[in-house]
Amino acid sequence: MSQTCCSENSCCCSESTGQAVNISTSLTFRDHWGAFKVRWGVGRTNYRVEPGLYAVGGPDENSPVLVSANYKLTFDTLRKNLAGLDCWLLILDTKGVNVWCAAGKGTFGTDELIDRIQMTGLSEVVAHKRLILPQLGAVGVSAHEVTRRTGFSVLYGSVRADDIRAFIASGYEATKEMRTVKFTLRDRLVLTPVELAETLKPLLMIFGVLFLVNLFAAKPFGVYDFCVFVGTIIVGSVLTPALLPILPGRALSGKGWILGLVWTAAALWLFGWLMPVQWLAVIGYLLLFPAVAAYLAMNFTGCTPYTSPSGVLKEMKIALPFIIGSGVAGAVLILINHLVG
Amino acid sequence: MLKYLKNVSTLTLDPDTCIGCGKCTEVCPHGVFEIADKKARILDKNSCMECGACVLNCPANALEVNAGVGCAAAVIMGWFTGKEPSCDCGDGCC
Repeated sequence: MSQTCCSENSCCCSESTGQAVNISTSLTFRDHWGAFKVRWGVGRTNYRVEPGLYAVGGPDENSPVLVSANYKLTFDTLRKNLAGLDCWLLILDTKGVNVWCAAGKGTFGTDELIDRIQMTGLSEVVAHKRLILPQLGAVGVSAHEVTRRTGFSVLYGSVRADDIRAFIASGYEATKEMRTVKFTLRDRLVLTPVELAETLKPLLMIFGVLFLVNLFAAKPFGVYDFCVFVGTIIVGSVLTPALLPILPGRALSGKGWILGLVWTAAALWLFGWLMPVQWLAVIGYLLLFPAVAAYLAMNFTGCTPYTSPSGVLKEMKIALPFIIGSGVAGAVLILINHLVG
Repeated sequence: MLKYLKNVSTLTLDPDTCIGCGKCTEVCPHGVFEIADKKARILDKNSCMECGACVLNCPANALEVNAGVGCAAAVIMGWFTGKEPSCDCGDGCC
């Protein structure tokens, strides 16, 4: 196989010889800027490093082998936590996707791991037969299957890269804390920019339609409607995820609906219920906007590390009819109010 | 940790097949299992997110679950395409 270089940094490695390229454990401005961009969804699907074997520090044949994904954000998070250690990194081709999502897709999987062990000639590089995988990779990798086919035993390390040093230092003993996935305020907030960016396209389409409606409207849509609408999107995509643990109930759509209702009611109250009071529009607002917030909050299930598919299906079967019914009724009332006047 | 809907997980454990190796306690990200009397036991089924890691890593095939992605967007996409919900919904997603 020919030598290839990855686009985002200069790490190259020859897969055929098993020669690993030494990598740094400190991140540059460029790494941080790249991370910022992908958090907003810019160029995220192509933010990758070359799969293969990498060296951290000065590893020898007895040094541990850590396995990870070729999403550059994952790669950077891992290597910055390895300062001062001597180890090998076996990077799988996960098509630029993080460990957990790639494991769910099967790209961080048993077959890819076995192929990569063979392609890099790992058994000639190290004298031991032990691989350390991130625990969340277990969704795609069958440890006993890997052992059966390659002789390498698979040890699942900590969930988070921050704990990997402690895991190695303790002689590969993970505490319950290291084994449990968390979803802190920070964890939730870093995911929200992508959620916001995702709403941009449908948002522009809706604005286009409203622009056309305005041409015929007796009472055109204005800045006020715009503010309530944008506020609702922030409530559903950012505020609900941020306040997740303190919002009542378990269903995410319910949490989003409650916060959406509070926001819409507050916005209506602040502006004197659309002075002079327009009851048709007020009812329309209260039907439409909480439903939009509920829908956006429901979509956050895909970002959480604790919602089961059975649960999501149950939630959707109950919530979707309400969201659609309430949303359509609200939109019709608002349109009538604006068109008829 | 945040809790999702109760009594929905499809996880089952066959104690007769279980060899008590403890791999499930190693891979589960929500502490669903414990080992007691050399057998695995489901301690907290309501925390199970049906990721399937335990099933894939159980050398005795003692576990079963309808594994998948707990993502509303994927479920909706699945309804439109007629396929099983998956993370492969194009560019925007994970």
